[in-house]
Amino acid sequence: MVGPGPGAAPLENANPLIYRRSGERPVTAREEDDELPDAIDDREIFDILIRSINDPEHPLTLEELNVVEQVRVKVNDAESTVSVEFTPTIPHCSMATLIGLSIKVKLIRSLPERFKLDVHITPGTHASEHAVNKQLADKERVAAALENSHLLEVVNQCLSARS
Amino acid sequence: GVKDGRWTVLQLVEALGFSLENTDPRTRGRGIQLLSQVLLQCYSLLQEKEVLHLVLFYESRLQDHHLVVPSVLQGLRALSMCEMLSPGLAVSVLKAIFQEVHVQSLLQLDRHTVYSIITNFMSTREEELKGLGADFTFGFIQVMDGEKDPRNLLVAFQIVRDLIAKDYALGPFVEELFEVTSCYFPVDFTPPPNDPHGIQREDLILSLRAVLASTPQFAEFLLPLLIEKLDSELQSAKLDSLQTLSACCAIYGQKELQEFLPSLWSSLRREVFQTASEKIETECLAALHALSACLSRSVLSSDSEDLLDSFLSSILQDCRHHLCEPDMKLVWPSAKLLQAAAGASLRTYHHITRSILPLLLEQYTKHTQSSQRRTILEMLLGFLELQQKWGHAEEDESTLLLLQAPVCSVVFSALTDPSVQLQLVGIKALTVLGSLQGFLSSSDLELVVDHLIRLALHEEDSQSSEAAMEAAGSLAPTYPKVFSGRMVPRLEEELQSEREESYHNHRSLQQRCLQALAAVSTHTSIVRETVPVLLQHLQKVQKGTEAGNTQDMVSVCQSLHRVALQCQQDAEGCWYFHRTVVPCLLAMAVQAAMQESTHTLPGKALLEEEVLAAMIPVISAATTHLSPELAAQSVSHVVPLFLDGEVSFLPQNSFPGSFQPFGDGECLEAQRRLVALLMAFVCSLPRDVAIPQQEWLLRELLALSCSCNCPFTATTAAKCFAGLVNKHAAGQQLDEILQLAVNKMEPALAEGPRRTQALTLLLWVTKALVLRYHPLSSSLTDKLLGLLGDTELGPAAADGFSLLMAESPDVLHKGCHADVRIMFRQRFFTDNVPKLVQGFHRAGPDVKANYLKGLSHVLNHLPKPVLVTELPTLLSLLLEALSCSDRVVQLSTLSCLHPLLLEAPQIMSLHVDTLVTKFLNLTSSPTMAVRIAALRCAHALTSLPTTVLLPYKGRVIRALAKPLDDKKRLVRKEAVAARGEWFLLGSPGR
Repeated sequence: MVGPGPGAAPLENANPLIYRRSGERPVTAREEDDELPDAIDDREIFDILIRSINDPEHPLTLEELNVVEQVRVKVNDAESTVSVEFTPTIPHCSMATLIGLSIKVKLIRSLPERFKLDVHITPGTHASEHAVNKQLADKERVAAALENSHLLEVVNQCLSARS
Repeated sequence: GVKDGRWTVLQLVEALGFSLENTDPRTRGRGIQLLSQVLLQCYSLLQEKEVLHLVLFYESRLQDHHLVVPSVLQGLRALSMCEMLSPGLAVSVLKAIFQEVHVQSLLQLDRHTVYSIITNFMSTREEELKGLGADFTFGFIQVMDGEKDPRNLLVAFQIVRDLIAKDYALGPFVEELFEVTSCYFPVDFTPPPNDPHGIQREDLILSLRAVLASTPQFAEFLLPLLIEKLDSELQSAKLDSLQTLSACCAIYGQKELQEFLPSLWSSLRREVFQTASEKIETECLAALHALSACLSRSVLSSDSEDLLDSFLSSILQDCRHHLCEPDMKLVWPSAKLLQAAAGASLRTYHHITRSILPLLLEQYTKHTQSSQRRTILEMLLGFLELQQKWGHAEEDESTLLLLQAPVCSVVFSALTDPSVQLQLVGIKALTVLGSLQGFLSSSDLELVVDHLIRLALHEEDSQSSEAAMEAAGSLAPTYPKVFSGRMVPRLEEELQSEREESYHNHRSLQQRCLQALAAVSTHTSIVRETVPVLLQHLQKVQKGTEAGNTQDMVSVCQSLHRVALQCQQDAEGCWYFHRTVVPCLLAMAVQAAMQESTHTLPGKALLEEEVLAAMIPVISAATTHLSPELAAQSVSHVVPLFLDGEVSFLPQNSFPGSFQPFGDGECLEAQRRLVALLMAFVCSLPRDVAIPQQEWLLRELLALSCSCNCPFTATTAAKCFAGLVNKHAAGQQLDEILQLAVNKMEPALAEGPRRTQALTLLLWVTKALVLRYHPLSSSLTDKLLGLLGDTELGPAAADGFSLLMAESPDVLHKGCHADVRIMFRQRFFTDNVPKLVQGFHRAGPDVKANYLKGLSHVLNHLPKPVLVTELPTLLSLLLEALSCSDRVVQLSTLSCLHPLLLEAPQIMSLHVDTLVTKFLNLTSSPTMAVRIAALRCAHALTSLPTTVLLPYKGRVIRALAKPLDDKKRLVRKEAVAARGEWFLLGSPGR
């Protein structure tokens, strides 16, 4: 099992390219109006759901590592679907499943139940893309993974707020 | 007895003789202990001879049984504080201690005593100790070798620091002294919980650092140690090493550094390139800056090679190529390293920019994507900002001047790029270039101004436009002629143009012009150009009949307000603004009001509440900073205008009627509204400016506030009255006018058609008096508390508490010279909250909410630290308030509870059941703000102890699923945050 933190095996990608964080989403007058409804949109999912997830290897967020980009987040509020593509930092990243799992768990915890979730790797960016996608799509395997307290611990670490 | 002189020490010693010479070490110890205790109390009374004998006695006792030694040391400590100590004794005491006592086998307290003795001698007998030469240093090294207690270490480090700072002979023991202290580096110490001594890790770190960085003699030992720790895995060790290195650079010269520069540089470079920690990066850059500064400072001896040059060359060699890599992976770390070195001195700056600036310019043209160009320009900007730090460099030396043309062309190209981000960096760069004296040629300057005008007016993105206006504002004071000659006329022209564009475009262009005019008015000579333009525009809009000209007038007023704020600090500009703008606004308003009184004509928009409200801050800002003489001059015109209708000072002279704002008559309604402008002026005057006919004015205002039917006018009159009363000197006159006010209010409050007006007056007068701690304030507050039980006025009275506690924007605040005591809110809280609570318990069910509302307003405006200490007593009431159906009460109660949850989790956990239930209920409130606040509180609940919360986890997570699908995004955001945190509760990995 992989475990982050000092003393672990040397980082696979010790010196990743770091991307600038986008600023806070400005609050519009419309959003402050009590009456008008705001649909759930791509940016919202990107913002509050994914931007805050930490990479298990780096003290950086998935946004800073460009693992998740807003253009790769698709939401359809009316049809209740969310699709997220993520891009591992390197094609052989062994953390890909874990990152995908963290995204998936974060979405399960943060979205209304009506949503159908699809989390997968950006096509062509990882060596074992299909295997990982399959694991992430399998509900029972995801549930089983979360029964594993060690795995849950790592996922929770990724989801904990930045200190 | 010894203390008051009845006994001598000699007698005491004789009396103790038996026990002092007893063969049982315990008895001997007790005897010496007693003697030492006495000495500690009265060492200042001892005679020289007595001291001598005592010292000899104690010295001989040092060899005694180990049970006795602690008391002996106490006695020596007492003697070390004696002024009567004969020369030579200090040395002899220390020698004895060094020889006879194995300090590190003593207890902590006794070791501390030894350090105290040494410290005492060092502070009083410096010369004698220095006579010991290096032996003293060696003795001390033996004393402290192996010390473990942090309390003692702090003292010991101080002693070492003094040894070095006061130039004691270290002799051959430099390395030993270094070893005996550096073995603690990096400090690894966690204070035990509930530590009564309060020594923090940070104290030890700083104290040790002061030792290590105190002398260049340590350099040859310290630098390898620092490099070793810097290469370790431990983050804290790295940080400490870097900070120590920076500290050392303050005293080292190139001789000390020479040998270690290559490895220092390679460690620093590695850290900056690889670290993920911002802290380490910052410290690395600081260390590099310190190193470069240190090398630049070292005076060059003619025969040695110039270390700085070779050091900088190696930096350039390692960083330069990263700037050219097409993937731009390490550009930022490299640029930061280069900038850290370049910022160290003028020499380093030239050395580095000579090589880097041309490179960056070349790279800029090579890359075509705007995101890459932006990165390069940002780096360039970093170097330009450093140039600012050195100020105006000699012309032949500055690389920047040689590159003037290409730098300008790069910056200008950024300004025309479609990418907003690139534009923004370009604008910043422009501001920096402009601030470099003599850098921009006059033709460049004109180009700059043209670019700024274009961006400010025509750039679609509001960020760029605002940044351009800011830039214009910050450059204008340096080049007032160019801006007033080129920018202001262009803006004026645009403002006046009546192009047949779409209505919407035209309006937004006009808005931009107004904003730009205000932004550029940062120099008096420009203000003189822009203010007439703005006033002219206001008059033009007023004459127009278009819809929406209310909004236009408000915009002009906002621009005028900004100009007023910008010229407040400049006495000349401020007076110009005041004497130009205030009469003009008054004249326009008076004119409009008179027309209204006679017949309905255009001009009415000017009298709308919104426009008048926008003029208030303009007049107020134009008045607050006037000197008392000028203010007095102005007040002698304005007050007669309102009291006597004296219009002669106004710029317009043909008025269709008379101006009598305080007169009777239906048709004067419009004129009365202008009391708002009077308020803006008269309430902003400095406190020492006398107001002519003040008592008459106060009476008129009082009458108007109680009799007027228009709420705007009545409220304004009440505010104006309150503003004047607040500044009125105490005394009989004030008492009389206040009595008059009370007499007017009481019957009006009791019954009649104008109860609301009376309440408004009561609120404002109460506020005026509460602020200045006037004795009458408490009886007025009581009246207000009484009104909370009134079914008709109760809710308004409850809201009034918010008015009392909040900062009001136009009158009665510090900015307009009101008499405001700093602690008035706390005082109001202590005086009135018990009454509010009492009133709540006594009140009938229909008015209970009023008390809660009043209370929550008071609590809401209290400073948070005070709130947290006071709230626990009110907690039960607050919990009750959560069930109140009034959303204002709900909201403010939630915002009171929020800090409590974070800062007093123990108290709050007693009520966890109630809190969870209430918060969850409120997450489905119809009001968005309440839902948000309730979710924030539900989030804050997670800071209570986990064991208390776990029983509720399932329930809360289920309940929070619903707000995840709230129709408002801002609510969902809070729900996501709160629910995520609840999921983590009690889970592994939190």
